[in-house]
Amino acid sequence: MSSARTEIRFLLNGKDVCLSDVGASDTLLDHLRLGQRLTGTKEGCAEGDCGACTVLVGRRMGGGLVYETVNACIRLLASLDCCHVVTVEHLVHADGTLHPVQQALVDHHGSQCGFCTPGIVMSLYALWMSTPSPTVQDVEVALQGNLCRCTGYQPIIDAALAMAEHGSAADDALVHERSVVTERLNSLDDGARVEVSRETDLAILPASAADLAVVLHEHPEATIVAGSTDVGLWITKFMRSISPAVFLGHLEELQQIVRTADRVTIGSGVTYTQFEEVIASEFAHMGEFWSRIGGWQIRNMGTIGGNIANGSPIGDTPPALIALGATVSLASRSGKRTLPLEDFFIAYGEQDCKPREFLEAIQIPRPGPGDLNAVYKISKRRDEDISSVCGAFSLTIADGLVETARIAYGGMAAKPKRASHVEAALVGKPWTEETVDRAMAAFAKDFTPLTDWRASAEYRALSGRNLLRRFYLEHQGEPVRLTRSTAA
Amino acid sequence: MSAEAVIKGGVHTDERHDSAHKHVTGRAEYIDDMMEPVGTLHAYLGLSEQAHGRITKLDLADVIEAPGVVGVLTHEDIPGHNDVSPTGKNDDPVFAEALVEFQGQPIFAVIAETRDNARRAASLAKVDTAKQHHVIDVAEAMDVDYPHVTEPLKLERGDVGAAMAGAPHRIKASQRVGGQDHFYLEGHIAFAFPGEDDEVTVYSSTQHPSEVQHLVAHVLGIRSNDVTVNVRRMGGAFGGKESQPALFAAVAALAAKRFGRAVKLRPDRDDDMIATGKRHDFLNTYEVGFDEDGRILAVDGTYAARCGFSADLSGPVTDRALFHADNAYFYPHVRLKSRPMKTNTVSNTAFRGFGGPQGLITAERMIEEIAYHLGKDPLEVRKVNFYGDEGRDVTPYHQTVQDNILPQLISELEASAEYASRRQAILEHNAASHVIKKGLALTPVKFGISFTATWFNQAGALVHIYNDGSIHLNHGGTEMGQGLFTKVAQVVADCFQVDLDKIKITGTTTGKVPNTSATAASSGSDLNGMAAANAADQIKARLIDFAAEKYSVPEDQVVFEPNTVRIGNERKSFEEFIKEAYMARVHLSAAGFYKTPEIHWDREAGKGRPFYYFAYGAAVSEVSVDTLTGEYHVDRVDILHDVGRSLNPALDKGQIEGGFVQGMGWLTTEELWWDEEGRLRTHAPSTYKIPLASDRPPVFNVNLAEWSKNREATIRRSKAVGEPPLMLAASVLEALSMAVASVADYKVCPRLDAPATPECVLMAIERLREGA
Repeated sequence: MSSARTEIRFLLNGKDVCLSDVGASDTLLDHLRLGQRLTGTKEGCAEGDCGACTVLVGRRMGGGLVYETVNACIRLLASLDCCHVVTVEHLVHADGTLHPVQQALVDHHGSQCGFCTPGIVMSLYALWMSTPSPTVQDVEVALQGNLCRCTGYQPIIDAALAMAEHGSAADDALVHERSVVTERLNSLDDGARVEVSRETDLAILPASAADLAVVLHEHPEATIVAGSTDVGLWITKFMRSISPAVFLGHLEELQQIVRTADRVTIGSGVTYTQFEEVIASEFAHMGEFWSRIGGWQIRNMGTIGGNIANGSPIGDTPPALIALGATVSLASRSGKRTLPLEDFFIAYGEQDCKPREFLEAIQIPRPGPGDLNAVYKISKRRDEDISSVCGAFSLTIADGLVETARIAYGGMAAKPKRASHVEAALVGKPWTEETVDRAMAAFAKDFTPLTDWRASAEYRALSGRNLLRRFYLEHQGEPVRLTRSTAA
Repeated sequence: MSAEAVIKGGVHTDERHDSAHKHVTGRAEYIDDMMEPVGTLHAYLGLSEQAHGRITKLDLADVIEAPGVVGVLTHEDIPGHNDVSPTGKNDDPVFAEALVEFQGQPIFAVIAETRDNARRAASLAKVDTAKQHHVIDVAEAMDVDYPHVTEPLKLERGDVGAAMAGAPHRIKASQRVGGQDHFYLEGHIAFAFPGEDDEVTVYSSTQHPSEVQHLVAHVLGIRSNDVTVNVRRMGGAFGGKESQPALFAAVAALAAKRFGRAVKLRPDRDDDMIATGKRHDFLNTYEVGFDEDGRILAVDGTYAARCGFSADLSGPVTDRALFHADNAYFYPHVRLKSRPMKTNTVSNTAFRGFGGPQGLITAERMIEEIAYHLGKDPLEVRKVNFYGDEGRDVTPYHQTVQDNILPQLISELEASAEYASRRQAILEHNAASHVIKKGLALTPVKFGISFTATWFNQAGALVHIYNDGSIHLNHGGTEMGQGLFTKVAQVVADCFQVDLDKIKITGTTTGKVPNTSATAASSGSDLNGMAAANAADQIKARLIDFAAEKYSVPEDQVVFEPNTVRIGNERKSFEEFIKEAYMARVHLSAAGFYKTPEIHWDREAGKGRPFYYFAYGAAVSEVSVDTLTGEYHVDRVDILHDVGRSLNPALDKGQIEGGFVQGMGWLTTEELWWDEEGRLRTHAPSTYKIPLASDRPPVFNVNLAEWSKNREATIRRSKAVGEPPLMLAASVLEALSMAVASVADYKVCPRLDAPATPECVLMAIERLREGA
């Protein structure tokens, strides 16, 4: 496409940045630290797990501008076209006065070694803008993606609860300058395809979803980059080339959530955070589970489409979506096709997605009013951890008998997989403990899990089948869930 | 001067961390943030992929040809000694020679124009290794008679054989205790600048600048006076930067001298975790004899540690496991042996507690064994076994416990945490609840303070007063987040009675204070605070002499009052007074020194007074466990901890909270996992899980025992605080254990090993259910 723009443009704190010498694998963190010498943002892990590199990215959405925390270490520079990047250096006032979030941390002894602190400042800053007077739980969720090894977190929590005492979010520059910044970003956006490269490391930002099909047609070998929460590690950990890389995080067309009578259809570019808006109303059973996917930064970056297309056997969303009977639509220049999500996963590392195709949308049936639904995730650490086992259940019960059963697991096989023998052992049987006991014996026919550093095969098998018992007991009203603050 | 006037930021006040405002603004400079001189090069290490084998081919041609590469370094390029052993054992090569002994062992370094160039190039090496059998696990190491990496220790008192034989009850079992990665947020880094002649200056993220200095000189074959090592702050250390930084510093310095350019070396997090040592894993076997009351009569224990391929600090670490194998309990007859086992893993090293936690945890296990065996509340068993009066006050290493404050501390905590009523409520809850079970435990800590290598218990400081009255403070301690610099500055402010902001805190450098000890063993403020006070007192003595003479007043009429000096009836501002002293040619600089008195240790005999004093604390933890999956929550923690007369209660509380949560991570979710090839597979935060904010107990009551005052003449009667609180987390492990025990009606000791991951908890539940 001859009209392609060959530079990316974004706002960095208060200044415009235009870069043409950008490789697909360039990270935002390296650009900040090495290119801009903004060294307040730290590298702790280079894989999006510690949060020391947390910055805010303002992106235009639905005509507005949303600031979200991201991990700069795995956020790719090219993806920031027409965004506003805000680093810790932007917070302190010109006269040296600390920002309310910063002052609260100082007053509460919220830093010790200080290395995680800039990242924690940025996560709390994002929280403060949306929720100036947060609850303890709000703070814990906001800090799921920030590790601190010194403080034990208590003074950080105390500081977060006191932020509002130090100033009003309404007075914050990012809040009251939002329309001005939006205008500036709009003025950077010429609607063109963007192609930038360093030597042979090529990044392409298609102009539209239709253009994405064209780009993929031209580059069938391309790496598709959505949130880069996994692709980022290919770069930082495996030093793999992703060129040519096609970015789609900027395509609002792929970020639509459409509710119809029987289903919710989401674009493949919908992030975990965006999807939260339908969790409470449509999929309440996933509420607790959803907040345990990654940390806040990862949920702001990562997309449900990426979680599926990536094909991991331990992705969080596939079991939940398979149990609900979700389908996926794949598109290319030659057309579209739709298939059940469970059929998309063929084998380990093999998905039903042809070259030149991309995952366009996911259709999720709404649960019926009497359906029994649950998603359970088991991990070594409760938050910001990868599942050792994830089990999702959707049952309909009629006249005391199990009418239909869709049960899917992650972490139990080489791909996300339905427990068809367990389902068969349930369907048509009375919904009783006896039936559940018998069905639990069927797990061995469905799954032969592996041992790795997350869990042994024995533990996966045992805890996996116990989840069915939990599911049953929970619907009998038995307390089976651990909750915070349950001190006797 | 009114009687109420006090200086700002003196001792015993909640002064904030001196760098807090820089931490929150991103302006605190860590080594990777320093401006790089033009021409700075970057080094990267090439690591062994095999756990054990003989190198048959090392082909670096592709590495050398890679973009940006300036050169490579192997053991053949080392002009001095290919060794960074911290104890002079010569068993810790910078680069492997013929043999690789663990996965992750450095074989070479590549130097390139950018870090990315160097890192990519390092991956292009072709290394062929003739594999040899590798031993990862400590039990296997003992089975196959792998050697000790250093001399074991035995502590013995009384007649164990007879006392054990005569005990009404005896239990013999073992306990596995996992290791722990430090996971300092700032990884290892060194930045070296070549100087004239043999000189080199290294910025190193180290707790032990003097050792880095000496080892850089050792590797380069130069003298210590050619090497200057600097560190302003570390982004966390926890023992992981005591002996480990020397490798990185030596390679950076070697490259800087070789190529005549500044060289920075910063490994990726995964390489940092694979190539540097961790807390030792232990396999402890114990036999305990006791009576009907639960009173211990005899203990016979062996403490075997996975030390890795070299000694590093494994000698003193395994020694300290024995020093704390009693925790707070009197063992009338006792024999304790250490087994520092060689394994084909990275050489394990210091980590907060330094082996002490791994010894202590088995003391608590034995208490549990006794309690479940006799059907008693474990707290009751603890109480009958605490150190007491004469006859019950001597440790296994023959030191008399003179400062035991646990009875008061425990009874206060027991009351404030409502231990008895909550335990009753939990027993009732567990009887009624099928899936979610709860547990509650109160565990104590008694921790010996002093380096067991007696000569390390010395420190130096350098204090200048400039003629405008501003004060420059330097000492051998390093700042890793613990607030040491703030505390020592508070001491100096108190000495001169000036506001804290008159004192400039400066980075640690071997050029100002020589031959320092590591900032370790919780000793930082004890040692450096005293050394700084000594320097200040020397200057004060000269100032008093000067004023007494000049104004013809008795010396006791020269008094340092808040920001003022009173001479007879006259008062001058501190600045005015200093100016006068300068004009009168008073020497306004002093090097201070301190050595801990009264300590001595005969390792051969296993006798002495290795510790100047003990720090105490106790915690009550409550947990909930899901018996279907083994998942759990820590619901509430109450801590009462002894820091003597606190120099800074806010900072001390921070150490207690942080230490506790770190200890909780060690005992719960932090799991090191090696595969069959001997490769560590939990080497990044995606796979190695340290606690998050949401793991912290939602009810977390932390208090200092405010009545406590060190009976020894420590700095302002304070006590060390760095390590002891970590061990308060034993209460979490034991509370989990109680919840597990509930499935078998508390009749069986669950013998829950650490880390008690959800898997470990569920498997223990299954074991108890099957046995029941």
